[in-house]
Amino acid sequence: MLSLSRKDVIKLAVLAAIVLTMPIWLAPFGAAYPGLMQKFVIYAIFAVGFNILFGLTGYLSFGHAAFLGVGSYTAVWSFKLLTMDIIPAMIFAIIFSGLFALVIGYFCLRRSGIYFSILTLAFAQMSYSLAYSVLTPITNGETGLLVARSDPRVIDGLLGADGMANGLPTPSLLGVSLSGYAGFYICAAFLIAAFFVSQKVFASPFGMALRGIKSNPTRMIYTGFNTKPYMLTAFVISGMFAGLAGGLLAVTDPIAGAERMKWTESGNVVLMTILGGVGTLFGPVVGAWLIKYFENIFSAINVNVLNDFFAVLPDGLQAVMVTILSKFTGEGWHLTLGLVFVLIVVFLPGGLVEGAERLIRRLRRSGRTAVKKKVVQQ
Amino acid sequence: MNAFLAQLLNGLDKGGAYALIALGLTLVFGTLGVVNFAHGALFMLGCFCAVAFRYLLTIETVTVDPTQLSPWGQPVEVRTPLVQNWFGDFGAVLVDYSVPISVLLTVPVMLAIGIAMERGLIKHFYKRTHAEQILVTFGLAIVLQEIVKSFFGPNPVPQPIPTDLRGAADIGLLLGMEAHQLTYPWWRLIYLFFSLAVIGGVFAFLQFTTFGMVVRAGMADRETVGLLGIDIGRRFTIVFGLAAVVAGVAGAMYTPLLAPNYLIGMDFLVLSFVVVVVGGMGSLTGAVAAGFLLGILQSFASMTEVKSLFPGIDQVIIYLVAVVILLVRPRGLLGRRGVMEG
Repeated sequence: MLSLSRKDVIKLAVLAAIVLTMPIWLAPFGAAYPGLMQKFVIYAIFAVGFNILFGLTGYLSFGHAAFLGVGSYTAVWSFKLLTMDIIPAMIFAIIFSGLFALVIGYFCLRRSGIYFSILTLAFAQMSYSLAYSVLTPITNGETGLLVARSDPRVIDGLLGADGMANGLPTPSLLGVSLSGYAGFYICAAFLIAAFFVSQKVFASPFGMALRGIKSNPTRMIYTGFNTKPYMLTAFVISGMFAGLAGGLLAVTDPIAGAERMKWTESGNVVLMTILGGVGTLFGPVVGAWLIKYFENIFSAINVNVLNDFFAVLPDGLQAVMVTILSKFTGEGWHLTLGLVFVLIVVFLPGGLVEGAERLIRRLRRSGRTAVKKKVVQQ
Repeated sequence: MNAFLAQLLNGLDKGGAYALIALGLTLVFGTLGVVNFAHGALFMLGCFCAVAFRYLLTIETVTVDPTQLSPWGQPVEVRTPLVQNWFGDFGAVLVDYSVPISVLLTVPVMLAIGIAMERGLIKHFYKRTHAEQILVTFGLAIVLQEIVKSFFGPNPVPQPIPTDLRGAADIGLLLGMEAHQLTYPWWRLIYLFFSLAVIGGVFAFLQFTTFGMVVRAGMADRETVGLLGIDIGRRFTIVFGLAAVVAGVAGAMYTPLLAPNYLIGMDFLVLSFVVVVVGGMGSLTGAVAAGFLLGILQSFASMTEVKSLFPGIDQVIIYLVAVVILLVRPRGLLGRRGVMEG
């Protein structure tokens, strides 16, 4: 059950090493803050889950943010009603988003292609609008759902732990407060676990069946597969991943707002997966990190930073460089993102990971031909 | 009854906007087979054509008028738009009517943008999957938005209605009611008629010109038309430009009703995709009918009586209709059998 092929074990070890050493290697990029790294890791989980659906089955969901939102709301409610411990919060977040995905998936998967995309989009937008309007008793509308001192927290009350040394209660794991690096490492552990699950899915007969459905659904049906339950399972699994990510977002900051369910957020996870590489294991992780990095660091590069950077150049040239580049950084980081995105879809449909693989293959081949030439000369 | 009629009218002008955007989307989808997520951005560019036009018209000169004194005893600065200096009263009228006049500017600009877009990017994606088309046009939409944002800033830029056209028309009088029973803003009425005219124009163009006939033939069977020696690719490029123009003028005329900012297109895009799907992908009449239908449904759903019966219905009605239609009748209201069913 827990065994992996040798290749996959190496991949998992590489990922674990990369994730756990993030505080070290992100430092030169100016992104080694626990809060930011937590976001990197959480969105990687989101994208890895999305990739199980989109990468394996080819069904492009434009409504995955709904599950992220459901996960967040569930986690905050668990914080409010039961305990500040994250274990029940995560379990409930996964269960509820899974159930939600089951219902939505049941309807959406009756159609494929663009209709599926529009259906998921419609359901997600409905959840978003309802969270803002009618469901305010549950979601607290525009303000967002917050943890308060006066919440009941039944289990905490029974155990006598109040978990609020200063001001508001903070999420904890078995009594250990999860602020700063502790929170990051917990999220990192979840990412490694999520990556492991996605590896298992990719390597399993179930994953093979999904790939089969992607490449030729009719033939799969003729071979005697009932494709519906397979698709639905994939949809629910990826919804659960999104729910877990949403729950973890609530751990970093115990507030849940409806804007997490907006369709732009769904669009974001699509971008992450495509940018990194659809259907690859590492792709979504890389894509999520890149986009979050752009969003948080690139957007902070303002005119002053650019001026400092180009201070070595002569004044006129400096001004020119700064005016040009300032359009692409800071407030304009979306422009860079859009351009990169268009370029990738046009020239590198497989995403960054495929690009890297191609590069490696070419290097190897040229290495091999060089060796051959030597042999011939001798 | 009055409330009912008022909501019907309210729905019609919103429906006009939906119908225009959906019409363009369907044109592109029906001819080129491309799912264009940048269509909302074209609507947004149209909006900003109007904004830019007004901006150009109102470039001002500042003169100090020593004969007039402000309450603080300083001479008053008088700002006059340059056009007013050059053309006098006619210039003032020009500024006042900037929005309707900007439509004339919007048409060539959007035609050029549309053709450039199709030649530069979209044509490489005919053979790719729908998912890839969605992605590349989505990326393009982001780029267009950001370019507009860097010029006009992130805040909505309100556009005025020409002074003569402010106020409301007393529709009730026409129907034999007392005065002021049923009024409707002039500009919304104009928008409704404008959208009907544009829709009529597009249909007439496709129905009664040779060009339109070739395009319709190409929509039905591209290959055969190509075999007859007609360069169908070039016609389709122009159709893409036409779709861009329709979206653009829809946007330009909509600016007084809703102050545009760079995100306006995205909000309309999601809705208009729903409209297209409800109407049936590839069906022009379906897109128009569904546009008006959903506009009207939306404004009925926001009536207080309905809202008290089904709370929150005004927020979700459109999506609800889309879900029901897609599950019950996947080819949409007027879609052709076999086109994109699945």
